[in-house]
Amino acid sequence: MEHYNMNLTLKVWRQRNSKEKGRFETYKVENISSEMSFLEMFDVLNDRLITEGKDPIAFDHDCREGICGMCSMYINGKPHGPWKANTVCQLHMRAFKDGDTIVVEPWRAKAFPVIKDLVVDRSAFDRIIQAGGFISVNTGNAVDANAIPIEKENADKSFAAAACIGCGACVAACKNSSAMLFVAAKVSHLALLPQGSPERKTRVVSMINQMDKEGFGACTFTNACEAACPKEILVTNIARLNHEYMMASFESDK
Amino acid sequence: MLDAKIPKGKLEDKWTEYKGHCKLVNPANKRKLEIIVVGTGLAGASAAASLGELGYKVKAFCFQDSPRRAHSIAAQGGINAAKNYQNDGDSIFRLFYDTIKGGDYRSREGNVYRLAEVSANIIDQCVAQGVPFAREYGGLLSNRSFGGVQVQRTFYAAGQTGQQLLIGAYQALERQVALGNVTMYTRHEMLDVVVIDGKARGIVCRNLITGELERFFGHAVVLCTGGYGNVFYLSTNAMGCNVTAIWKAHKKGAYFANPCFTQIHPTCIPVSGDYQSKLTLMSESLRNDGRIWVPKKQNDTRKANEIPEEERDYYLERRYPAYGNLVPRDVASRAAKERCDAGYGVGTSKQAVYLDYASAIQRYGKAEAHKHGIDNPSPEQIKQMGDEAVKEKYGNLFDMYEKITGENPYEVPMRIYPAVHYTMGGLWVDYELMTSVKGLYALGECNYSDHGANRLGASALMQGLADGYFVIPYTIGNYLADEIRTPVIPTTHPAFEETEKNVAERINKLMNIQGTETVESLHKRLGKIMWDKCGMSRNAEGLKEAIEEIRALKKEFWSNVKIPGSVDEFNPELDKAGRVADFIELGELTCIDALQRDESCGAHFREDHQTPEGEALRDDANFMYVSAWQWKSNDEWELHKEDLVYEEVHPTQRSYK
Repeated sequence: MEHYNMNLTLKVWRQRNSKEKGRFETYKVENISSEMSFLEMFDVLNDRLITEGKDPIAFDHDCREGICGMCSMYINGKPHGPWKANTVCQLHMRAFKDGDTIVVEPWRAKAFPVIKDLVVDRSAFDRIIQAGGFISVNTGNAVDANAIPIEKENADKSFAAAACIGCGACVAACKNSSAMLFVAAKVSHLALLPQGSPERKTRVVSMINQMDKEGFGACTFTNACEAACPKEILVTNIARLNHEYMMASFESDK
Repeated sequence: MLDAKIPKGKLEDKWTEYKGHCKLVNPANKRKLEIIVVGTGLAGASAAASLGELGYKVKAFCFQDSPRRAHSIAAQGGINAAKNYQNDGDSIFRLFYDTIKGGDYRSREGNVYRLAEVSANIIDQCVAQGVPFAREYGGLLSNRSFGGVQVQRTFYAAGQTGQQLLIGAYQALERQVALGNVTMYTRHEMLDVVVIDGKARGIVCRNLITGELERFFGHAVVLCTGGYGNVFYLSTNAMGCNVTAIWKAHKKGAYFANPCFTQIHPTCIPVSGDYQSKLTLMSESLRNDGRIWVPKKQNDTRKANEIPEEERDYYLERRYPAYGNLVPRDVASRAAKERCDAGYGVGTSKQAVYLDYASAIQRYGKAEAHKHGIDNPSPEQIKQMGDEAVKEKYGNLFDMYEKITGENPYEVPMRIYPAVHYTMGGLWVDYELMTSVKGLYALGECNYSDHGANRLGASALMQGLADGYFVIPYTIGNYLADEIRTPVIPTTHPAFEETEKNVAERINKLMNIQGTETVESLHKRLGKIMWDKCGMSRNAEGLKEAIEEIRALKKEFWSNVKIPGSVDEFNPELDKAGRVADFIELGELTCIDALQRDESCGAHFREDHQTPEGEALRDDANFMYVSAWQWKSNDEWELHKEDLVYEEVHPTQRSYK
């Protein structure tokens, strides 16, 4: 693949903290290599801003290999940018061409308040997991790992749902800021396994209740979440979530 | 001489003996005892969850926005366990032996045997939590091979094993948070340990959102803060991985063991430019099916696909026929460096070798065709079916490679080169995982204990979870049983006051430098010294130079670093500055350790100590010990030694031929 360098205009959301109002600032960056990652381009810009005595742009990032779920930029109207099934840290500058203008915003959702610039607070996701996104098994209680065979098809589907990295792109993509795909992924991961079966009903109900409490919107099934998901979590998981919820509600004797 | 407090008795009975006789804390007393756990990777999350389940009051800390982000999440290939589900001759003893041998006889028999012993419980626990390991069509668990072994004992979840294990531990942790047994503090960075009357009693943290310093009490403090590979600047670690927590503990009296044992992983995506911020690993599992080669001709400029089979040098298969492409990491890395240094490297930088899937795709394609009853498959059919089979096993890794390099590894061989990956060294701990400070523990990658001078693939996940789920719940009780009369110490105690004052002073000192060079730039310079002079091969002269250069860099850092913003706000540059200041000191100690260890062993390769074939040449008569460094003052450490006594295995020259 041909390497090339480019000059770009960035319009980046700047916001000092959760209380102050934010605004877009424009930055020009030059000689950006097509081989750089998007975040490395931000590193270069930040290095310049620091040297110039300006405030660098705050953004969340950690593993830079697409798995920790920490990075979260809304680029040109798409969570994680233009590439499909991708995180910002794995987006490379060859996705852009010389002269492009790139608009970068934080995840926007009531349940994800801005901390600074592009950094948001996603602790709502942790609280949803606390509400039931687990199997209650204390250390030391386990039977032999091969004691319960699991049909490969279900194990694979469970794994595909468990691949969620909890980044919140689904919420950012949704016009209603719904967290249904995130919750559906966890409910599916656990409901598809025999080990998750005993708590199936209570889990789905309490996770949904917590999701509502956090201020995430309702799902109107536009599939924007699936399109934005870096791990390609399928919306069929939302169908499964709805099914689980209905079954739990109908069968509940509480 | 240091005493590791290994229980007496036969190797296979030690842990059972220990568990049968260690002190216990009754449930009513557990509720009164507070434990601090720093870090929420595999070791930290599993420890915090398990201790919470037992009824202790746990406070857990991480610098990320959620415990689920810890870098264990990025582990790809798998986790070892001596289950012998494959009936291929595995056993606890084999796993123990492979680990000791893989570590080039520089780890402790007692600890390693215990690790092998509890490995099987880990898999049971994880499956019970809902970790979706790969399965066969019969519904049972699948295994694959990793380097340095001849059995299939690695459990995996595609190339996302670390993620799935961490999510399991994270969910167990969040369950305890919901039950009120664990209080979770995210975006908090530990900046010092509070020691009162010789015992660890708490920590001081910076709230990374507000910048405030906060104090926390614990009857014991458990550090699970991962590795320090970022001392090399470029590594496969996450950007936030750092040495700060254990370095602060080190300065409070915890000995630092074998800092120079750094694992350079053979299969990473090569460096592409100066702006590069990190390196990406291509899982060792790829060496199950991939073949590593370079051209037989020096400076060959042809494309990989234009080089005929007979002009390729599959140098690992040539040099190590018994293990082939699955030799341990240190051996594979050195062999790649040797070929590149000799002028056989590929790619524009010539600092890369090929990892080729063409023959695996052919092999799988033919097998699939046979399975589908196609007698004379066309080359296109074979390629297509082979691609599908490889995608199922390694799809996410291939996708990642393509995103980073822009090349399609199904069509052209991947280019790889060794990169800093894991640190075998860390805080010295005894059999109970306690450091040389009472009540201060170190678990997982941040301790030195099980991997000697070289870690085998798929053993880091095993160790992190063994320490957290199955070791610390027992050993910490043995200490806390004597602490049930210790009341909660208020954080207004003078020791807390003083520790916080020192932390604040250091932060202010950093902020007031107002120099001209960014933290990132100084970090890069440290990394370059480390990689050039304390990397894959080392010599006395280079190490001496490195020590001087690092000391000079330290002066420059403390007089010329430029940190923007203020103390009382979200300020990642300030956080990074503190970490880099600690990396500089660690870098110095690492080079001192590498210089003092005048032998080669595992990943520590001193050029003047090698066999005629270029393998690491140990000096067991003079260096059969763990080097545990005690911090004395600026630039000054005292060396303590723990003799390694081998009762069961007989150290020999490692051979993988």
